[in-house]
Order: sequence, then structure tokens, then C-alpha cells
Amino acid sequence: MTVANGAYDVDAIRRDFPILGEIVYDKPLVYLDNGASAQKPKAVIDSLSRVYETEYANVHRGVHYMSQKATDAMEGAREKARSFINAEHAHEAIFVRGATEGINLVASSWGRANLEAGDEIVLSVMEHHSNIVPWQMVAEQTGAEIRVAPIDDEGVLDMGALESLIGPRTRMVAITHVSNALGTVVPVEDAIRLARRHGALVLLDGCQAVPHMAVDVRALDVDFYVFSGHKLYGPSGIGILYGKEALLKAMPPYQGGGEMIESVTFEKTTYAGLPFKFEAGTPHIAGAIGLGAAIDYVTGIGLDRIGAHESDILEYATARLGALNSVRLIGTAPEKAAIVSFNLEDVHPHDVGTILDREGVAVRTGHHCAQPVMDRFDVAATVRASFGLYNTKQEVDALVDALGRVQEIFGR
Amino acid sequence: MIDLRSLYQDVILDHSRNPRNSGTLELHSHEANGNNPLCGDKVRVYLRVGNGKIDDIRFEAKGCAISVASASMMTELIKGSEIGNARATFERFHEIVTRKGEISDDELEALDKLATLIGVREFPMRVKCATLPWHTMTAALDGVADDVTTE
Repeated sequence: MTVANGAYDVDAIRRDFPILGEIVYDKPLVYLDNGASAQKPKAVIDSLSRVYETEYANVHRGVHYMSQKATDAMEGAREKARSFINAEHAHEAIFVRGATEGINLVASSWGRANLEAGDEIVLSVMEHHSNIVPWQMVAEQTGAEIRVAPIDDEGVLDMGALESLIGPRTRMVAITHVSNALGTVVPVEDAIRLARRHGALVLLDGCQAVPHMAVDVRALDVDFYVFSGHKLYGPSGIGILYGKEALLKAMPPYQGGGEMIESVTFEKTTYAGLPFKFEAGTPHIAGAIGLGAAIDYVTGIGLDRIGAHESDILEYATARLGALNSVRLIGTAPEKAAIVSFNLEDVHPHDVGTILDREGVAVRTGHHCAQPVMDRFDVAATVRASFGLYNTKQEVDALVDALGRVQEIFGR
Repeated sequence: MIDLRSLYQDVILDHSRNPRNSGTLELHSHEANGNNPLCGDKVRVYLRVGNGKIDDIRFEAKGCAISVASASMMTELIKGSEIGNARATFERFHEIVTRKGEISDDELEALDKLATLIGVREFPMRVKCATLPWHTMTAALDGVADDVTTE
């Protein structure tokens, strides 16, 4: 485990991640696809083994020893999640499969109970599809309307436009905290203030924020906050939906089944309290515990230090890529987190990705599940390098060298 | 890095930079759209068919070098050919790029200029790039109303 004090020892951190020692095509793996999913430290991997080897059974059901142990471990992880985002109560942290399920839960449960024809849901143009489609689905069912706040040429959210879009009919403002395609950090405090003026609720998609910065849901006074475990160095298939207690209490269940009930008869079923009302079925027990281990890992290093290290890497990458004539950076907001999206002149991102891959450099190419952003910049796709707490400037150099290889192959 | 050169042969780069038969076809009897949602590649194929023959073919593409080159070569190969032959050419090509086993010299020769595209076999994620224009062409012939996708 890496210590929280002293200099940021990236070499020691890298040793915590076994996969970073892998060789791909005879080259060391340069993993710059953290925005899609981050790699896992030994502490998380070990926690999964420990669950299955020493403390596994179904949770909240058995009277036996193992069930109690698994329940304690899972509820311990919930408490870690609460503390991580500084929620007031652990039962405000609902275990979900990931941010996608968290948003679907809110759109479906809160949306169907509260939205009426003519109500408005405000999104931004740089939302991930998972913060667009669930709202479109509930809008179709309820007759609510979706309004979309634009961004400028740098990828900065147009706060003036957002202000004018939020009105008396606005019931929900659902926006990203950090753009997955551009890296833009959204001034969510201001967005929340604008929403409050008209009594609208706010949901923030924190997937790309929580791995890079400390988040305090109470300081933000946000209503709903979602994030996925796998982008936070935890297991896939687990994530957190935070919701204010009063809102969650008033919302109908999302799925029905075991664990979410108080009593069931064919005449009347009563539902369990929070958080179980929203956790029908056997949850991803090991995943939840693994997420707890991931939270311990990043907080052990310290998010401020992680953020500072990543800012360094981002600044270096932006400078090196920006110095290449053939590179067009897409998303140049003054406030960014750990993501650099770009295109090479005359070479399609898919071809760039294939050539980088053979140099051992893993990047994402495509529309990043954010097609409206691609349309906004009039591109079909981009190359995206996204950094994590273990990346180094040498890896940025490897990316730039590999781009030279692209030029070699595609050069005339 | 022989494998990258085998994917990006000069012939392929030439076709992707200077695609043949690109653009719209004002007078056409068939058309279809294809897209690969994974990478955002889009292709539109126009055909003018008469008496069972493909009299003319054009395409518009927004995509990677492999998909554009494949579309360009496709138009050269099937322009003027019988519909049955055009379909057979795709079937042969498709079978070979998705086959795990060896390819004989005779088979390579039968592929004509498409043989330059078989490097995609080493790049499973890219096979769809090479076959998208062809799927779109057959969808146009079949009169499929919905867009073709690789997924």
C-alpha cells in the first residue's frame, strides 16, 4: 500500500497494479484508456479472493456465521462509499450495477412518479448516452420534454444558455460532472444554484469525476450523484447511486423481488426501507466489497495528490500533442480532468487506434458513447487518451512516438 | 512490424486517399446505408441495376482507411458484373477474412485486388470495417429499408 505522505511515488503505485507489468506485442503495456475502465490494484484483486475464500454467503438473509460476515463486509463497503462522497447516511448510497443503472433507476422511479406532460428535463450536449437515453425513455412515457444546453468551441458548458433553459417547468437537471469525451470539468455548483432557483432537482453523472477529485455531495447539495466502481479502480458490475434520503424515501421501487420487501402477500406487499427498497435480488456482494477496497486504495493515496499528479500528466500530454502539426485537440476547456481527445489530420481515429495498439499503447477510439459531442465538433470519432493515477510522462512520450509511427505508415 | 504493413498496404492507402467511384449516383435503382456503431463508420451505396447487371455503382463513405479502401475496390470489382457474381464475390471474400485456417494461393488469386485486404484477419476488430461496404451493397440489392449495421 502506498503511503499518503511524502512525494508521489508513481513507481511504487505502478507496482500495486499487476497488469501494468504485462507485455503486449513485445512492448510494455501503456494503458491510456482509464476513462473507459481503470485497472485494478492488488488490494482490490485480493479483496475479491478474500471474500470468496473466507467470508462469502448471501447477505441480509442467513442467521449463520458466513452470512453475517458477508453482510458486515458489504455494509462496511457501503459506509466507505458514504464517507467517500460525504453523504449523511450510508443508506443514501444504493448499490447499483454502475452509473447507467443508477441513472435508469432515477429516471424510471422518480421520473415516472413525478413527471407530467410539459415538464422539462435539462441535459447538456456533452452527456454520455447513459445520461441521455434513460431520460428520453421517461420523456416518451410521461410527455415531458428534453432541453439541451450547448457547449462552446472549447467544450465549455454555456452557462448563460443553461440559465435560460432552466425555467419554471424544469423538474430535473441531469448533467455530467466531467465530460467523458472532452474532459471538461463542469462548474456543477453554478448549475445546482440555477436549478434551485426554479426548484428543479439535479442529478450529476460523476463517473469521470470521482477517480480524479474529491466529491462532497453535501457541500454540493446535489440531489442524486452516480458513479461506477470500475472507473475507480474497483470491479465492474458495481456502482453507487447517491440520493438524498427524503427523495429516495418518497420514490417507488425500481425493481421488485427479494431483499426489497418488508412483507409479501397476494393482497398487499410492503417495501423495505432504504437502501434495500432499491436493491432487489442478490447484489454483487464481492463487487461491493471490492469497491470498498478501491475506495480505501484511492483515499489512502489521497485524491488531492492523485488530481495533482494527473494534472501534471494532462498538461504535459496537451503540450506534447499540441506541438504536433497534424494533431487537432478536441476539448480545450480551461478546467479539464485527465482526458485528452484529438484527431490526426487525414487519418481516421480507428486506423490511429490500431497502429497505437501495435505499439503497446491502449487508447479509446470512436464516439465514446457521446455522439452529440462528435456532431458538435463535426467529427465521426476521436482518439482519446485518458489518464489514471499510475500513468507517467514516459507513457505520454510513448503515445507521441507511436503517433509518429502512424505518420510513417500514412505519410505520403 | 510486418503485420501493420500487411494491413496498411500501399494499394489500400491509395484507395483510401483516392477512392474510385465515390460520390452520389443521380439515377439509381437501389441504395442503402451502412454504419458501424462501434467506430462511427458510415457508408452509403448507390446502384443502378438493369437486366440483372450492376450497370453503375457509387458510394459515399465517412470512415477509416480500411472501410473506404474496401468500398472503393468493391465498386471497381462489381461494376458491370452480374448480380449473382457480385454476391458471390462478397461471399468468397467474407468467408476468407473470417476464416481461422490457411488460405491457398488459388483462393488468394481468385480474390483479385481484395487479396490486399486480407491483412484484417490479424485484426479481428477491423474485419467489420472491410466488410461493411459489402454488407451495405447486398442490403441495397435486397431492398432492405433499414440501415445496415455491423452489430
